[in-house]
Amino acid sequence: MEAPLNNVASFLAWEGKPIDAILDRCRELVDDPSFPTVRRWREGGGKVLGHFQVYFPEEIAHAAGMLPVKLRGASVEPTHADSRFGSYLCSIVKTTLEIALNGSIQVDLFVTHPICDAARNLAGVWGRNFDFPCEILYLPQNANAAHAPAYLRDEYDRLRRRIEAVAGRAVRADDLRRSIGVFNENRALIRRLYAIKRESPWLLAAEDAYALLAVGGMIPREEHNALLRAALPQVESRPARPQDRFRIVFEGGFCEQPPLDLIQAIGRSCYIVDDDFLIGLRWILEDVPLDGDPLAELARAYIERSSYSPVQHDSRKPKEKMLLQRIERAGARAAVLTAAKMCEPGLEEQVAYTHALDREQIPYFVSEFEENMTSYEHLAIQLETFVENLMFD
Amino acid sequence: MNSETRPDAALVGRGNREGARLFREWFEVLTQAAEQGRGGAYVFVMGSLGELLRTFDLPLVFPEINSLQTAVRHVAHEYLNEAEDHGYSPDICGYVKADVATQMRSGVLPMGRIPKPAIAICTNACNTYIKWGEIWERMYGVPIVTLDVPGNRSAASRSGPGEPEFETDRRYVAAQIKEIIPLLERVSGVKFDIDRLRENMAHANTMNRCWKRVLELNRTRPAPFSALSDGTIYLGVANTQRGTAAGAAYFTDLVEEMAYKGREGIGTLSEEKYRLLFVGVPCYPIFRRFAEMFAEGGGTFVNSTYLWFASGGANTGFECRLDDPLEGLAEGLLVGVRDAMDSMFFHTQSLLEMYRDYDADGVIYHPIKSCRTVSTGLADSRRALMAAADVPSLYIESDMMDRRVVSEAQLKNRIDAFFEGLATRRRPPALETGGASQRT
Repeated sequence: MEAPLNNVASFLAWEGKPIDAILDRCRELVDDPSFPTVRRWREGGGKVLGHFQVYFPEEIAHAAGMLPVKLRGASVEPTHADSRFGSYLCSIVKTTLEIALNGSIQVDLFVTHPICDAARNLAGVWGRNFDFPCEILYLPQNANAAHAPAYLRDEYDRLRRRIEAVAGRAVRADDLRRSIGVFNENRALIRRLYAIKRESPWLLAAEDAYALLAVGGMIPREEHNALLRAALPQVESRPARPQDRFRIVFEGGFCEQPPLDLIQAIGRSCYIVDDDFLIGLRWILEDVPLDGDPLAELARAYIERSSYSPVQHDSRKPKEKMLLQRIERAGARAAVLTAAKMCEPGLEEQVAYTHALDREQIPYFVSEFEENMTSYEHLAIQLETFVENLMFD
Repeated sequence: MNSETRPDAALVGRGNREGARLFREWFEVLTQAAEQGRGGAYVFVMGSLGELLRTFDLPLVFPEINSLQTAVRHVAHEYLNEAEDHGYSPDICGYVKADVATQMRSGVLPMGRIPKPAIAICTNACNTYIKWGEIWERMYGVPIVTLDVPGNRSAASRSGPGEPEFETDRRYVAAQIKEIIPLLERVSGVKFDIDRLRENMAHANTMNRCWKRVLELNRTRPAPFSALSDGTIYLGVANTQRGTAAGAAYFTDLVEEMAYKGREGIGTLSEEKYRLLFVGVPCYPIFRRFAEMFAEGGGTFVNSTYLWFASGGANTGFECRLDDPLEGLAEGLLVGVRDAMDSMFFHTQSLLEMYRDYDADGVIYHPIKSCRTVSTGLADSRRALMAAADVPSLYIESDMMDRRVVSEAQLKNRIDAFFEGLATRRRPPALETGGASQRT
């Protein structure tokens, strides 16, 4: 395995294990609110950049030898964080602060983004509660402006300087190219994972596919690459057979994440053949070129060769049209349209999605979730009824 | 000479009367445009670009203002219900939903009718602006431009004109403004006239300068105006008349009125017992009653973060350079919108200064369900303020649109208790101060 920059392997529990054991380890890690991989990285002397959802150019932190960690909340009670926020908020902004306040995760730099009205407040909230730097990365919100790539290149350069100051080392162009190479491989492996979901979803349970993806945001990317390189061939050679399940696209997991148990409940009656879980991990759709100015290439990839989500407006990518494409390309027959409770962008997008699916006569199931929810029975029954209705329609 | 004929009679209250007149006239223009089938430019209070849009003779529609008017006029629930029936969640911004219903009603509002959008300019000062624009894009297929104005990255890393990080952002904003102009020419059929822009910007400069001065004049004791009720009228003019001669004249006159009231000791209350700061967005469903609940306790709102951010940063008094209007507009927009965002996200230090400068007695935090932009960080900001200084504060939640989450009785209890606390702080310790009133 290619070693990450500080030579600390943070997630070794899977090595040499059969695929079922690997998947068990991944699910355990995803559900572990103590973030052991991040702790081990820090114990090895490494520094951590925690970035809030949805997308972050992790290559820049990686090139500085930091561990970029995707902060996506946790299944914890926001005991300390509750007093820092108002009542009408999604869970993820609270639990993400909670895991930092209660010491479950320690970071050296926190970055949030203007993805939504709640998230853009986090630089202020975190900045008032911690001594380490907390700031906003202003990803361009006018993706259609001709100047946006140049602006973003400069914004990435500002971020690079900030990261250098925290990491205590310079980030050269060659460091960035090396990191982009690591992430290009990661993107390719994740594309392969999603090809399995699309083409032979019976080989991999929905929650296992999710866990294989999600651990990528918690461990050095070299380790994630090694994990996927080991796991995917084993998955592909499983002897499992197709079952009579409905092929659906899951939409609504771009920021706050549904609990694994909820994904499992959906997977019991459906094949999730595509989704937007942790879409930031596969935001960039193609390899980022290794020649030229690496920051400019990262900026162009973000704007020009990227996926979609309710938190980015781009007139070239109307979300409902993109969803229809996702459904078509995945060969799905229906959609599960969810939104995290109190997630304004997600809830607003549901309206456009349902209207578009109505026009196309594609069946859909609408729901809301919360990362801390513990009861899935009701939802599972509703979903099963939805699927049965479609099967006998 | 009785009070009606004294020379000051025309001056006192002029801002409110003229504000109401200008507001009515603005709405008459919108109604006329709607009846004629002309399209409007849909814009928002934080970064409207009114100076530029007026050069294309586009009537300016402020959906936020229209929506809040439905709440003030007690019909918001009808609009909210219609939008919710259309699929919009109870948990999203009430302004958006009221506007969706307005569009479904062909623009009909209690004050008149608004034209359909011909174009919309949505800054990123509030993310909901952008999502809102997407709704019009889907409804009408009109151009929706996101005008991206990057804010300060943290409370500790603010930058201003001339500093490298500010200049990087200014170039981006300027490039976007230059891209919008051909689009506006196409939509309006009017050729861009830079001299008209320069003239409008001069009016906006006057407005900014005067707005800053009006706010400063409320440091007078007693305060000449209520930052909550009167201030909202002034804000309406600041937004709907931005870049007009009428708007500039209005604010010039408003300075005169406030200076006069300050000199003459004419306050907004007959007895101003407590000077309060307001943080958040007003409770429009019970707008008058909300203000009364504080007035009954002798509380006057002397300033608010609302008067900052909802003026798009006009409170800075920043005056754009006119020798190069487009560059000046970009700089002014960045300064103003950035200040508006700082007023929402990074306002602890500003509040402490406001508390000192306005000789305030307490801070009222009013987070609302509808607006995460303003409300998300308020509980934490209050903690920080209380940790930094001994500032009495009250934290009450309700909404700016949805009366279902407004509990008047509960608000009243909390407000009364707050005033009791203020009174206790003022009460001199028994037998120690010889009866002198003092603040602890």
